[in-house]
Amino acid sequence: MTTEHTHDTHDHAGAHASDHHDDHDHKPTGFMNRWLFTTNHKDIGTLYLVFSLIMFLIGGSMAMVIRAELFMPGLQLVEPDFFNQMTTMHALIMVFGAVMPAWVGFANWMIPLMVGAPDMALPRMNNWSFWILPFAFTMLLSTLFMDSGGPAAGWTLYPPLSLQTGQSFAFVVFAVHMMGVSSIMGSINVIATILNMRAPGMTLLRMPLFVWTWLITAFLLIAVMPVLAGAVTMLLTDHFFGTSFFNAAGGGDPVMFQHIFWFFGHPEVYIMILPAFGVVSEILPTFSRKPLFGYAAMVYATASIAFLSFIVWAHHMFSVGMPLSGELFFMYATMLIAVPTGVKVFNWVSTMWKGSMTFETPMLFAIGFVVLFTIGGLSGLMLAIASVDLQYHDTYFVVAHFHYVLVPGAVFALMAGTYYWLPKWTGNMYSEKWGKIHFWLSAISVNILFFPQHYLGLAGMPRRIPDYSTQFADFNMLSSIGGFIFGASQLIFVGVIIHCVYRSKVKATSRVWEGAKGLEWTVPSPAPYHTFDVPPPINAQTVAHADEYDH
Amino acid sequence: MAQHAENAYYVPHGTKWPIIGSIGMFLMLGSAAMWLNDSAIAKWTFYGGAGILIYMLVGWFGEVIRESEDGVYNSQVDTSFRMGMLWFIFSEVMFFACFFGALFYARVFSVPWLGGEGTGAFTNEMLWQGYQNVWPTAGPAQLGGEFQTIPAFGIPFLNTLILLASGFTVTMAHHALKKNQRKALVLWLAATVALGFVFVFFQVEEYIEAYMELGLTLGSGIYGSTFFMLTGFHGMHVTLGAIMLLVIMLRCMKGHFKPDQHFGFEAVAWYWHFVDVVWLGLFIFVYVF
Amino acid sequence: MKKSNIVIVTLAVTAAVAAAFWLLLVAPAFTGNEINLTRGVTDFAQKNYELHMVVLWICVVIGILVFSAMFVSIFLHRKSRGYEAAQFTHSTKAEIVWTIIPVLILVIMAVPATRALIHMEVAPETEMTIKITGFQWRWRYEYLEDGVDFISSLQADSNAARRLASGVDPETVDNYLLDVDKRVVIPVDTKIKFLITADDVIHAWWVPALGWKRDAVPGFINEAWTEVKEPGVYRGQCAELCGKDHGFMPIVVEAVSKEDYAAWVQSQQDQLAVEKREAERLWSLQELMDHGQEVYATQCATCHQADGEGLAPAFPALAGSTVTTGPIEAHIKVVLDGVNGTAMPAWGGMLSETDIAAALTYTRNAFGNETGDLVQPRTIVRIKNG
Ligand code: HEA
Ligand code: HEA
Ligand code: HEC
Ligand code: CUA
Ligand SMILES: [Cu+2]
Repeated sequence: MTTEHTHDTHDHAGAHASDHHDDHDHKPTGFMNRWLFTTNHKDIGTLYLVFSLIMFLIGGSMAMVIRAELFMPGLQLVEPDFFNQMTTMHALIMVFGAVMPAWVGFANWMIPLMVGAPDMALPRMNNWSFWILPFAFTMLLSTLFMDSGGPAAGWTLYPPLSLQTGQSFAFVVFAVHMMGVSSIMGSINVIATILNMRAPGMTLLRMPLFVWTWLITAFLLIAVMPVLAGAVTMLLTDHFFGTSFFNAAGGGDPVMFQHIFWFFGHPEVYIMILPAFGVVSEILPTFSRKPLFGYAAMVYATASIAFLSFIVWAHHMFSVGMPLSGELFFMYATMLIAVPTGVKVFNWVSTMWKGSMTFETPMLFAIGFVVLFTIGGLSGLMLAIASVDLQYHDTYFVVAHFHYVLVPGAVFALMAGTYYWLPKWTGNMYSEKWGKIHFWLSAISVNILFFPQHYLGLAGMPRRIPDYSTQFADFNMLSSIGGFIFGASQLIFVGVIIHCVYRSKVKATSRVWEGAKGLEWTVPSPAPYHTFDVPPPINAQTVAHADEYDH
Repeated sequence: MAQHAENAYYVPHGTKWPIIGSIGMFLMLGSAAMWLNDSAIAKWTFYGGAGILIYMLVGWFGEVIRESEDGVYNSQVDTSFRMGMLWFIFSEVMFFACFFGALFYARVFSVPWLGGEGTGAFTNEMLWQGYQNVWPTAGPAQLGGEFQTIPAFGIPFLNTLILLASGFTVTMAHHALKKNQRKALVLWLAATVALGFVFVFFQVEEYIEAYMELGLTLGSGIYGSTFFMLTGFHGMHVTLGAIMLLVIMLRCMKGHFKPDQHFGFEAVAWYWHFVDVVWLGLFIFVYVF
Repeated sequence: MKKSNIVIVTLAVTAAVAAAFWLLLVAPAFTGNEINLTRGVTDFAQKNYELHMVVLWICVVIGILVFSAMFVSIFLHRKSRGYEAAQFTHSTKAEIVWTIIPVLILVIMAVPATRALIHMEVAPETEMTIKITGFQWRWRYEYLEDGVDFISSLQADSNAARRLASGVDPETVDNYLLDVDKRVVIPVDTKIKFLITADDVIHAWWVPALGWKRDAVPGFINEAWTEVKEPGVYRGQCAELCGKDHGFMPIVVEAVSKEDYAAWVQSQQDQLAVEKREAERLWSLQELMDHGQEVYATQCATCHQADGEGLAPAFPALAGSTVTTGPIEAHIKVVLDGVNGTAMPAWGGMLSETDIAAALTYTRNAFGNETGDLVQPRTIVRIKNG
C-alpha cells in the first residue's frame, strides 16, 4: 500500500487529463446513436434516472388514487378490486421501477467517476440492462388494460390468491423475470467495475462509501434476484402446468412461497437503502467540511447489515404459524440489525458534530434522511418483537414503518443525491430557492402523510383495505391531505430539474461545493462525455475519505 | 492493478444488439403469456421473438469474437469478462438454490406436517386423515394419481458418469489448448460435446418413460413438481452448455484462441463445471435420497 | 433575522413538531384513547401491551437522544456562526460504546419478548375448541365439542352501505364494517383453543382485544388459544389480503358468562333441530323464493352480484347461465361441491339443506331465469346422504 503513495508525487490533477480530452469530446450524433445504442456510462445513467423519475410519477399517481379512496370512509371512487390493483402496482412500480433503477442510474453516473474509471466494465451489457426495463414495465403496465385488470394480490404475490389472477398473471410473471435479468446484469457490471476498473492507487479502503455500499448492494442483488425469479416461476407452473409447490393437496405449502419470497424480499429492502446510506455518507462530510467519522466502521457496518439481511426474512411471517424456535431465531436476528445500523446513525451525527455546516438543499435532504429514517428504523425494531408483531402485523403500523424508511429514507436520499450531483451532471446550478421550498414542503407533508398511519395501525386498521370503519376517519383524512401536498411538492422537484437542465444561467464550477472531496469533483462540470481515459492520480486531495489519510 | 496503467482503457463503440435483444425478449415473453392465455397466433410471434433473440446472440457474440481475435481487448477487459462470467454463474447457482430450497422445504417441513408430525397434528387429523409422511409423495390428495419413480442407479447413475467424464474431457481439452496441441484440443472438445448430447438424449428418454410408463408427471404432487423443475432446468442448462461447447469447438477448428488468452473457452468450461456440480446435487437429493 | 437563523428556527420547529407527534403517540396510553394499541382483555394482550409500551419508550428515548445531539450540532456547529470544523475522524472508544450499549438495550428488550412469545406459543390445556375456517369473504365457526356450526358474514346494513357510491353515509351505520350477522359467542374464564384454517386463499383471524392474529392457511391448521377475562363484544377483521372483499370480512366475538354461553349453545341446538325438521317438509315456491333471496343476498351476492350478473371475468353471471337454467342435477352439484381451483366454495358443508334449496330455487327463478323449477330441501338432504 505504501508504494502507491508515489502517485501522490504526480502533480497533474485528474482534471487536466480530462480537460485535454474535452477537445475531442465526440458524442455520437443522432438520437438513435446517442440514446438507443449508447455504451457511455453517463448517458446510460441519465436514461436510468429519467426512466425512474417517470416511474416515480406513475407509481405516485397510483398512491394518490389509494389516498383519495381512503380520504373518507365508504367507497367513493373505485371498486375494491381496482383498489387492490392500485396497491399492488403502486408497490411494484415504486420498488422495481422507481427506486431500484434510480440507484442503478446513480451507480452508472458516479461509480466510474468516483473510482477513476473511464466507463463501466461491460459497457454494452450496461446498455442492455437499461433497455430491458422500458419493455418490462410496458408489459407490467399493460396488464391494467386487460379484461381481468392488473395483478391485485399485493406486491408480495402470495399464493393461492395470486393464482386467482386472470389473464394478466403470466404477463406479470414475465415482467418480473425481465426486471430480474436487468438487475442481475446491472449488478454484475457494478461489481466488475468496482473490482476491476479502479484507478491505480484507489485501494478498496480508499473508495468512497457510495461505491462501497453499491458493491455490497450488487452482491445482494445477484444473490436474491434469481430467487425471486425462481419463486415467480413456481407460481407460473402452479398456475398453468399443474405443479403443486404451493398447494397442500399435492404436498406443497402456500407458506413455502412466503419463505422464498421474503428470502428475496428482505434483502431487497436493504438493496433500496444501502446506496442511500452511501449517498448520505458522501453528503454529510461535504457540507460539514469535516471528514466522515469512522470510515472503516461504516464499511463493516454495511457489510454486517447485508449479512444479517439473509437470516431475518421470516420476521414478515410471525403470524403464519411457524414453530416457536423459528420465531425466536428470526426475532433475535432481526433485532441485531439495529446494532450496525445504529453505528451508521451515530457516525453520521458524529460527522456533523463540530463541523462547519451549511445547509444547501442536498444537506437538508440528507439531514431529513437521518432523522426520518431513524424513526422508521425504530418502528422496524418494534415490529421485530415477535409477540407484539402479532398485533402490528398487516396493519397501517407496518405501512407507516416501511414508508418512513422508503420515502423520507430511500427517496429523500435519492433527492439529496440528485441535488448534490445535478450541477456535475448538467454543468448548471439548480435553483437553491426552489430546492429548499421542495425540501420543506416535502419534509413537512411526508410526516403528515405517514405519521398518523402509526396511530391507525395501532388502533387496528388493517392494510390493503379500500374502506374502513368510521373510527379511523380523522387520521385517514389527515394522511390523505399530507399525501396530496407531498405529491404536489414532487412536481416542484420535476420543475427544478427541468429548469436546471434547460434554463439555468448559473454555471457550475468543477468542485461545485466548497467542502466536496473525491475524484468526481476533479473533472469539469458538466462532466465531459469521456473522463479518465488516463487514470487519475490518487492522493489525499482526490480521495473522498479513507482512514489512512486522516490525521 | 498497476499493470493496466500503461494500457489505454478500452471503451467499445455504440451497439445495436441490446435493443434488438430487448425487442426479441419482449416479443417472446409477451407472446408466451398470450400463448398461456390460449391465444391462437401467439405461438408464431413467440417463435419470432425467439428468432430475434437468437439473431441478437449470434450477432453480439460474433462481434465480440471478431474483436477478440483482432486483439482489441487488453488484460483488463479480459478480467472484466471473467468477473462477469463468474458472477453470472453465481446468479445461476442462486436460481437453482431456490428450487433446491423448495425441495428441502417440502421434505423437511410441509410433507411431515401434512403427515401429522411437528406442528401438524391437527392438520393431519382434521384435513388429511390417514396421510403419512413418506417420500416420494404426490401429496395427501394424490394429485396426478399413482406414480413410480426413476431408480437412481439406472440411467441417472449412467448420466452422472457421463457428466463426470465430460468434466474430465473438457479439462483435457483445456490442457491441450494451453500446450497448443490443436488436434487434441478439438478431439477432447468433440468428446465433451458428444457426452453432453448423450446426457440430454438419456434425459429425454427418462422423461418419456416417466410420462408414458411410470405415471410420473409435472402434476404428480410435490414430488413431480420438484423432480421435473430441477431436472428440467438442469437439462435446459446442459443443452445450452453443450451448444456453447459446440460453438467453442467450431471456433477452435477455425484456429481461434491462444494458449495464453482464451477467455471464451474458459467461460464455457466454467459453465460446464457448474452444470456438472448442480447435477451431483440433483443426483444425490433428487434421485438417491 | 439572518437567513441562517430562519433555518435554525424552522429546524427547531420541525423538531418540536416531530417530538409532539411522538408524545401524542405516548400520551393516549394514559387516557385509554384508541390511537394506541389496545390493552385487550386477555393476559397475553396485556403482556403485549406492556411490552409494546416498554419498547416504544425505549425507542422514544433513543430518538430524543440522537436527534438532540444532532440538532445541537446543527445549531452550534454551523459556518454562518463562524464555527471552524474540527478534523477528527474516529474514536475507537466511542465506537465501542455505541456498539455495546445498543446490544445491552436489545438484550433488555429480548427477555420479556421471549417470555411473551413462549406464553403465546405454548398452549395450556384447553377446555373447548373452535375451528375457524376462512372463506372468500366470510368466516365459518365450528364448535367441536358443542356441535354448533355457522357462517358469519358482514352485517347487511354495512354491506349495503359499502357499495361504491351507495349514497349511504357510513356514519349512519352502527359499527360500520365491524358488524356481522352471527357472532362468535364464547364463555369467559375458559381456555379456548382455536384451530384456524382456510378453504380458498390465506386469511388471518384477528381480534385486537385478544392480543394476536393467526393466518388461516388452506390445507394446514394453525393453533392459537385465548382466555377472555371480561364479558363484552370484541371486534376484529381479516388481516391478510384475500381478494376484493378482504376489507369486508369482520369478526365479532361476544364473551359471555358461562351460564349464558350454555344457554346460547342450547338455543343454537334447538334451532338446528328445527331446521332439520323444516328440511323434511314440503316448501312452497313463494317460501323458497323469499328465503332464497335472503340467502342469496348474504352468501352469494358478493361474487355473483345482487342482480345475478356476476363480475366478468372472475365471477360468472347466474342470470341466463347454462347452469342455472339447465339440468337441475348439474346445478345442485356445482353448488354443493363448489368448483375446485376457483373461488366458488363447496356450500354443501356450510349451509343448511334448506338454505341451499332456497338459494337454488331462487337463482333458477330470479334475474329473468324463470325456469319455474322448485328445489325441495328434502331433495338436498337425500343427495347429501347419498
Ligand atoms: C428500505 C427499506 C426498509 C428498511 C431499511 C427496513 C428496516 C427494518 N425493518 Fe422493515 N420493512 C420494509 C422496509 C424496510 N425495513 C418493508 C417494505 C416492509 C413491509 C413489506 C410488506 O409487507 O409489504 C417491512 C416490514 C418489516 C417487518 C414486518 C412487519 C410485519 O409485516 O408484521 C419487520 C419485523 O420485524 C421489519 C423490521 C425492520 C427492522 C428491525 C429494520 C432495521 O433495519 C432498522 C434498523 C434501524 C434502527 C433500529 C434505527 C437506528 C438505530 C439506532 C439509533 C441505534 C440504537 C437503537 C437501538 C439499540 C434500539 N420490517
Ligand atoms: C419505494 C417504495 C415506495 C414509495 C416511494 C411509496 C410512496 C408512497 N406510498 Fe406506498 N407502498 C409501497 C412502497 C412505496 N410507496 C409498498 C411496498 C406498499 C405495499 C403494497 C402492498 O401492500 O402490496 C405500499 C403501500 C402503500 C399504501 C397502503 C395501501 C394499502 O395497504 O391498501 C399507501 C396508503 O396510503 C401508500 C401511499 C404512498 C404515498 C402517498 C406515497 C408517496 O410518497 C408518493 C408521492 C409521489 C407522487 C404523488 C408522484 C408525483 C406527483 C404527481 C405525479 C402529480 C400528481 C399529484 C397529485 C394529484 C397530488 N403506499
Ligand atoms: C367467493 C366467491 C363466490 C361465492 C360467495 C359464490 N360463488 Fe358461485 N361461483 C364463483 C365462481 C368463481 C364461479 C365460477 C367457477 C368456474 O370457473 O367454473 C362460480 C360458479 C357458480 C355457478 C356456476 C355458474 C356457471 O355459469 O358456471 C353457480 C350455479 C353458482 N356459482 C352458484 C352460487 C351460489 C348459489 C352461491 C351462494 C350460495 C354462490 N355461487 C356463491 C364464486 C362464488
Ligand atoms: Cu379474508 Cu382478508
Ligand atoms: Cu424485512
